[in-house]
Amino acid sequence: MKTKKINSFQLYLHYVSINIRSMMQYKTSFLLTAIGQFLVSFNVFLGIFFMFQRFSHVKGFEYSEVVLCFSIILLEFSLAEMYARGFDAFPDMMKNGTFDRVLVRPRNEILQVLGSKFELTRIGRMLQAVVMFFYGITKSNVEWNVSKILTVIFMLIGGTALFTGIFLIYAALCFFTLDGLEFMNVLTDGAREYGKYPVSIYGKRMLQFTTFVVPYALVQYYPLLYILDKSTNRFYILLPLLAILFLIPCYLLWRFGIHKYTSSGS
Amino acid sequence: MKKYVSFFRLRFLMGLQYRTAALAGIVTQFAWGGMEILVFKAFYEADASAFPMSFSATASYIWMQQAFLAFFAAWMLENEIFDSIVNGNIAYELCRPLNIYHMWFSRSIANRLSRAVLRCFPILIVAAFLPKPYGLCMPKSLPHFLLFVITLLLGLMVTVSFCMLVYSLTFFTISPQGLRMLFTTSVEFFAGAVIPLPFFPETLQKIMELLPFAAMQNVALRIYSGSMSNEAMLKAIFLQLFWLFTLTAFGKKLCNIAEKRITVQGG
Repeated sequence: MKTKKINSFQLYLHYVSINIRSMMQYKTSFLLTAIGQFLVSFNVFLGIFFMFQRFSHVKGFEYSEVVLCFSIILLEFSLAEMYARGFDAFPDMMKNGTFDRVLVRPRNEILQVLGSKFELTRIGRMLQAVVMFFYGITKSNVEWNVSKILTVIFMLIGGTALFTGIFLIYAALCFFTLDGLEFMNVLTDGAREYGKYPVSIYGKRMLQFTTFVVPYALVQYYPLLYILDKSTNRFYILLPLLAILFLIPCYLLWRFGIHKYTSSGS
Repeated sequence: MKKYVSFFRLRFLMGLQYRTAALAGIVTQFAWGGMEILVFKAFYEADASAFPMSFSATASYIWMQQAFLAFFAAWMLENEIFDSIVNGNIAYELCRPLNIYHMWFSRSIANRLSRAVLRCFPILIVAAFLPKPYGLCMPKSLPHFLLFVITLLLGLMVTVSFCMLVYSLTFFTISPQGLRMLFTTSVEFFAGAVIPLPFFPETLQKIMELLPFAAMQNVALRIYSGSMSNEAMLKAIFLQLFWLFTLTAFGKKLCNIAEKRITVQGG
């Protein structure tokens, strides 16, 4: 019998389709979870909305500009979360020994971990982000042109890569601690939650931290300045792509973790 | 009564065992609290006159909120209870000569209390030593502090009795997911976990203060920072008692009905 070796991408798609099919066995549960995801981020939006009922601006940003910022970071996060949440379940994979099975298969282990979980329920959050995005666009008086549209696309690419990197770190740290570190929530959920405002409002030191250590500002603050005509620096268009470099140290940490890996044995 | 007290003791001591988890939680809560304060600082600098309470009162509100997160966090519902309803283990509980409502109530209180006891002190101590407007300030006066403690406990009980409604309703819906989400999101929003109630527009705030959600964290946190008038405090405490009474009465009734019509599918 002739066996056909499918390429990694096809394999991943196959994983995704298995995941989606299994999820569709519980349609009500899927729907409710998606609605829940929508509501949770809607709460965040309401928080912004009511704060701006009271205050007209914050550190030079208006309501519509903050909504735009919030929607883009939410979109980046939900995109990353949709396919990279497999890393989130990784502590369980470690503990119950499923990861050993992954290692003996002749395929890339990241691909398999990613394929273990595909969260279509995040579509609720994404829907929220898309709605907010259009709301933000119509509210703000941004004059869209090719370079600004490109900036948004780059932001989405860079931001998704950045969040993926953080999920990867979260999983890689499990090699050393055997358990998920709650503190990492600050970098994932926290970034989503507080990324609703442009990072500059948190002060200079936070801006430096998010520029050089964990580069949120590269996919949020700087390109936003360009879109909102607060800066004409064309370098800011490409800046989000620089955030992709963040994946390199994350990947190295993961490789290092795998080398050190000893099965927990269960 | 004795049975429930020992149930409470058991759960409380069990909760105290998870010290590493608590440490991780403390670090996380510090980060969240800090970020929250930076957000409010930015808004304060944008327009100080639009602030409904003083900045240091807001900071105290946030630190107290973080310290007693386990008291009021709506998402800290007990999975064990849901699981027992879904997978039928509830049958064992029903065999015991105990009232389910009281048992679950005392256990939820114990769980939340033990979590908070482990986590609150480090947060409170460090927050108290932070520089002036950003840290936790002293309570306004001794009576304020005593009222704070009383309303804090009342708020905890209101929260738990609300959770009890969700557990009881799960008997009817079987799958807890939908209810859970609706419950969690509405509590977060209406109780003042997203933004404190004083920051809402006035008319909306007046309506929100009457809802049971406002009887949870809102009262205690605002009394501590001294941003409530005597009259408002009295009204708020009265509302807390009212909601506590109504919610438990309703929950017990619901639980009774559920217990009567429950069918355990074997297994």
